[in-house]
Amino acid sequence: MPDYETLRLIWWLILGALLIGFALTDGFDLGVGAIFRFIGRTDEERRALLASIEPVWEGNQVWFILGGGAVFAAWPVLYAASFSGLYLAMFVLLVALILRPVGFAFRDKIEDRRWRNAWDWALTLGGAVPALLFGVAFGNLFLGLPFHFDALQRPVFTGSFFGLLRPFGLLVGLVSLAMLVMHGAAYAALKVGEPMSRRAAAVGRRAALVFIVGFLVAGAWVANAIDGHRISSAVDTLAAANPLAKHVAVAPGAWLGNYRAHGVLWLAPLAAVIAAALAAALLRTGRAGLAFVASGAAAAATILTAGIALFPFLMPSSSHPDQGLTVWDASSSARTLGIMLIAVLVFLPIVLAYTAWVFRVLRGRITLESVRRHTGLY
Amino acid sequence: MIDLPVVALSRLQFALTALYHFLFVPLTLGLSMNLVVMEAVYVMTGREIWKRMTQFWGMLFGINFAMGVATGITMEFQFGTNWAYYSHYVGDIFGAPLALEGLTAFFLESTFVGLFFFGWERLPRVGHLIVTALVALGSSLSALWILIANAWMQHPVGAQFNEQTMRMELTSFSQVLLNPVAQAKFVHTAAAGYVVGSVFVLAVSAWYLLRGRNVEVARRSMAVAASFGLACSLSVVVLGDESGYLASENQKMKIAAIEAEWHTERPPAAFTVFGIPDDRTHTTHDELKVPWLLGLIATRSVDEPVLGIFDLVARARARIRSGIEAHAALAVLRAHPEDAAARALFEEHRADLGYGLLLLRCVGDPSHATPGQIEEAAWSTVPDVAVLFWCFRVMVGIGLLLILLFATAFYLSARHQLQQHRWFLRAAFLALPLPWLAAELGWIVAEYGRQPWAIDGVLPTFLGASPVPATSVVLSLCGFVIFYSALAVVDVYLLTRMIRRGPEGLGYWPEGDARA
Repeated sequence: MPDYETLRLIWWLILGALLIGFALTDGFDLGVGAIFRFIGRTDEERRALLASIEPVWEGNQVWFILGGGAVFAAWPVLYAASFSGLYLAMFVLLVALILRPVGFAFRDKIEDRRWRNAWDWALTLGGAVPALLFGVAFGNLFLGLPFHFDALQRPVFTGSFFGLLRPFGLLVGLVSLAMLVMHGAAYAALKVGEPMSRRAAAVGRRAALVFIVGFLVAGAWVANAIDGHRISSAVDTLAAANPLAKHVAVAPGAWLGNYRAHGVLWLAPLAAVIAAALAAALLRTGRAGLAFVASGAAAAATILTAGIALFPFLMPSSSHPDQGLTVWDASSSARTLGIMLIAVLVFLPIVLAYTAWVFRVLRGRITLESVRRHTGLY
Repeated sequence: MIDLPVVALSRLQFALTALYHFLFVPLTLGLSMNLVVMEAVYVMTGREIWKRMTQFWGMLFGINFAMGVATGITMEFQFGTNWAYYSHYVGDIFGAPLALEGLTAFFLESTFVGLFFFGWERLPRVGHLIVTALVALGSSLSALWILIANAWMQHPVGAQFNEQTMRMELTSFSQVLLNPVAQAKFVHTAAAGYVVGSVFVLAVSAWYLLRGRNVEVARRSMAVAASFGLACSLSVVVLGDESGYLASENQKMKIAAIEAEWHTERPPAAFTVFGIPDDRTHTTHDELKVPWLLGLIATRSVDEPVLGIFDLVARARARIRSGIEAHAALAVLRAHPEDAAARALFEEHRADLGYGLLLLRCVGDPSHATPGQIEEAAWSTVPDVAVLFWCFRVMVGIGLLLILLFATAFYLSARHQLQQHRWFLRAAFLALPLPWLAAELGWIVAEYGRQPWAIDGVLPTFLGASPVPATSVVLSLCGFVIFYSALAVVDVYLLTRMIRRGPEGLGYWPEGDARA
């Protein structure tokens, strides 16, 4: 078994991998959810768009659920501090996420315009709100969250829900929404027939543009106007997890420390921008399959970009910077990290294999004809 | 220090959302198994009606599955949002089964459930049957992991407190996995879920037969539900999770409360069939007892005593005193990790640290606790006797009633006499809410009966709550009540509408078509 330091590093990578898995899979169905009401104008068109994600979104969402479970198991303090700190934001996220399973299951059961229209709105919110909120949460990590630990070592959050909606947080929210809309639009362009495919491609191109501009602005913002955090005391990467045993320096531009130290890391943000531009170009030329790959690459590179900037911080504290959570002081015990690593190595390949098989079985475009042909319930 | 209104609100929210979630989970478990049986018959016989039955019940399964998934996300979030200290304190152990549930069970169930609905034309018969079976397997595996996590709350094995990180840490994963309480709980809860699914199929089919509609589908569905349900209802009662109740002190307290056994009796103890427990005077009025029965049920022996509440409280009192020592030694160790005397003292009393924490409810430093506060803390280890006593009895009563129901259904179905006995069809329809009631009561017995502990003997519930503002919890609680009630209305409306139209009205199986 690797040593404690390596295990912590591996688990940071696994967390990143789960986030990327989530963005690549659930990302596209959230994106389709956010836009299907606008690129599908008739009930049949919407039906086709929904049918393109209906059989797979449920499995996709498990990447998110598993992400939550993995944070609980591997970074319990992070799970405790972030979920309780973002209390009301989590509640809003939950409501949005709950609208999805019921929306999909309920919408088509009754043939009534108002019924379907109501669920279409529910599904739109269920797609757009999480996409936005994930970005807002990420943006706030760069700003730091106002929390500390009390005498019992309970995490205490001193901010508020509306405190999260700061300009930078909202900008990252917009970047996240644009990113997933781009990815979802590329998926829709690939999976549904005309005229929805053409409209999806147009939306995807615009989303890619918004994403690129937003991404660059956010980058400039982080470089110039946001205080980054840096551990200023000696770091014992093998020590027992205790988030109260370090000193943290706060300085403008410190979030770029890792990039300055290792120039090769600049490839991540570069890849994000190039891949998004490629996705837009490919959507213009009608190569939806490649565009989907490119938008996925952009999403993965974006998550890497943010992760690299924050490393080793998981959740910096703006009110008590010394108590911010890092990879080295917020993890589970070495034993738990080791056992869970084995579980991931054994089971994740199996999951990937059967997921790929399911996508293969469901291959092919969903056209208006195929929607018309399918008359029964499910 | 401890904000008791926040604790109470958080507990209320957890209980409501868990009880609500648990309306859908057992039906998902049970219906998925019934679907496997129906589709297996289709694959073996090639008769079209069995495929249509699978699709019809599968459509109802889909509505329920969505509600189960939707309300399940709440549960995973809630440990972090409302029980932050709990999550920090035991996440090292408790998080693992939750993550494993996602990795090995929820992925399986959720990835294949889409193919169940959309794969009928894309897969060969056997391929689709395998998909259905994997959905059922996934949902049962999911229950297994959740119950391993829950069993650890009831009986925390394979873990030890680490004074450097101030939390519980894993010492043996295999002990957590093979926790005897987990095994008892899984068999009991999964079987109870299968019963819920079977009663659902049985009751809805009975309703069709009473009206003479969807007869072909209903007759066959009833045969499946009757045989599967009979086997499962027997398992639920025979393999009740009482077998795990002797594993630990708190579990013993739970069984003493369930039986309202205030004082230890000479073995084998009598079983109180009826009585009115009084939590104030610590007595039970108007008891009706069956000699020997409790001793046999609880200890599976005639000479082992079932400890009474007074004796268990005395034990708790001693452990609280020891816990005070542990807490004081821990404070010294935190400041001076090299202090050998404090180390020795802590090692001697560490097993009782949790009992020392019980005092934090009323005093900032346990070593300042008065004898009166210690007495109060000792009695706080007794759960609500009257509630447990009655919930348990109603649950068991329903369990026995359902065995009778399934046995009758099985007998009548085997003799092809279902339609001749309208009284039975009426009874079967009226039985519809019973298994849900039993399941919810079972949850109350297990979890309300666990109080005052979040983790038995380790972490008191009041300490586990997040230090969030009360207004936030009031907001989320009201939000849940409104949102969940609205969803319940829509869910029930949709289910009844679909059931009313039935397989014939919905075009799954043509009316009066008896070809099979």
